Amino acid sequence: MARRDVAIVATAQRPNEVGSTLTSVELILPVINDVIAKVGIERQKIGFWCHGSCDYMSGQPFSFVAAVDAIGAWPPIVESHVEGDGALALYEAWVKIQTGECDVALVFSNGKTTSGPIDRILNLQADPYMVTPLWPGFDSLAALQARACLDAGVLSEADMAEVAARSYRDALNNPIAYAKENVTAEQLLARPYTTAPLRAHDCGVPVDGANAIILAAGDAARSLAERPAWIRGIDHRIDTQRLGARSMTESSSAAIAAAKAGVGDDRIDIAELHAPYTHQEILLRRAMNLGEGTHVNPSGGALVSNPAMAAGLARFAEAAESVFSGSADRVLAHCTSGPMLQQNLVCVMEGE
Amino acid sequence: MFTAPLVVAYPYKRTVGTLLSRFFQSLQEGRLEGTKGSDGRVYFPPAEFDPVTGRQLDEWVTLAETGTVVTWAWQSAPQPDQPLERPFAWALITLDGADVPLLHAVDAGDMARIRTGSRVKVRWADERSGGIRDIACFDLLEGAS
Repeated sequence: MARRDVAIVATAQRPNEVGSTLTSVELILPVINDVIAKVGIERQKIGFWCHGSCDYMSGQPFSFVAAVDAIGAWPPIVESHVEGDGALALYEAWVKIQTGECDVALVFSNGKTTSGPIDRILNLQADPYMVTPLWPGFDSLAALQARACLDAGVLSEADMAEVAARSYRDALNNPIAYAKENVTAEQLLARPYTTAPLRAHDCGVPVDGANAIILAAGDAARSLAERPAWIRGIDHRIDTQRLGARSMTESSSAAIAAAKAGVGDDRIDIAELHAPYTHQEILLRRAMNLGEGTHVNPSGGALVSNPAMAAGLARFAEAAESVFSGSADRVLAHCTSGPMLQQNLVCVMEGE
Repeated sequence: MFTAPLVVAYPYKRTVGTLLSRFFQSLQEGRLEGTKGSDGRVYFPPAEFDPVTGRQLDEWVTLAETGTVVTWAWQSAPQPDQPLERPFAWALITLDGADVPLLHAVDAGDMARIRTGSRVKVRWADERSGGIRDIACFDLLEGAS
């Protein structure tokens, strides 16, 4: 079966915030309405709705069912939910369009990351017998990975601080970014360790956020956007869940996903990498062979706003917007999931 | 806006299968047993299925109580339920006789006392119930690192 041409045609994102008291439905509803208004279609034209979120963060089982209130279930709709980042829901929607069952899909995700201790909650994603009973937290696991990279000479604490400084400065130009600061790497390095060898600036800032994206195939995409962001390649790979059996100094799953998605076939203007930790951005750049010609995370990335389960789809929104505006022609969007870059989804998009 | 605490817990029991049953029983009895993978590498904790080939693993290897830190991080403010209540190191530790490291805590006391390559030894929990927490933590081997 020939692959269908599918593009992102519209995106919407909430400003990232801390301490939101809104329900999930209240978080989601405005971005759903916003993204539909941008393409100006009737809701019945959307053949598939796909949601990414995490019930553990909401503190109630099947919380995603309530989210259907934000999209409306009458007349009947076709919808699905992914217990994970919205970028993984986007992948499901892309597959759904490939099957020919629909031409237009709406993908959305939300994360009220600051409702509870997210570093503790995410332990429940780890090995339930060998890791979760120790309650290490993702920051500590990332710190083990960072130390291994430092020991191996793959990167330095100064390199990590440069990533943070660039992200915090780029975020000054992003109205929905949460953390932003005109700061230098030297200033950041003078600050104390939190979980050594990590400092606060090495860890993405947990925030509450929501976003939505509309995907469309072929002529439908051309009719809905002036310059759609065409998905040229998309691939999802996973490393072993055994933390000790993985390489700490490279990301093999990111490298495979990037190769399968065709990252190396031509230059990449902008790469939106979902790197919740500074050293992970460096590992991802290396795994995907991104050079000096690629602007990494002009939005500030997940370091400045990390709405868990929505931060990956936010990368797709940011990358697609740069194609819509004409500021980039060939872009990369990436999502990670699990501790220490366990899962990696890579997507290459182009304007025409 | 007021908020009220909401704590959700899922207190279920699960069977762990034949391999982990043997592993947890050996921990309860104070023994450290790993499994050998298809490439000859020894896993501790044991791997039930080979991470490379997916084949079921059933060759057991008994390991020493000593090992080496391959990477570490400093938990300056311990959180609830973690292995130690005072600042400690998280570490990936390769037991002597094993090739693939495990995650656990090292009671180093001070960040300056631990480094990659430090030698450590298992501290058993006073009461063991069959689980990874039967290893309370690891202690630094004085003068050996």
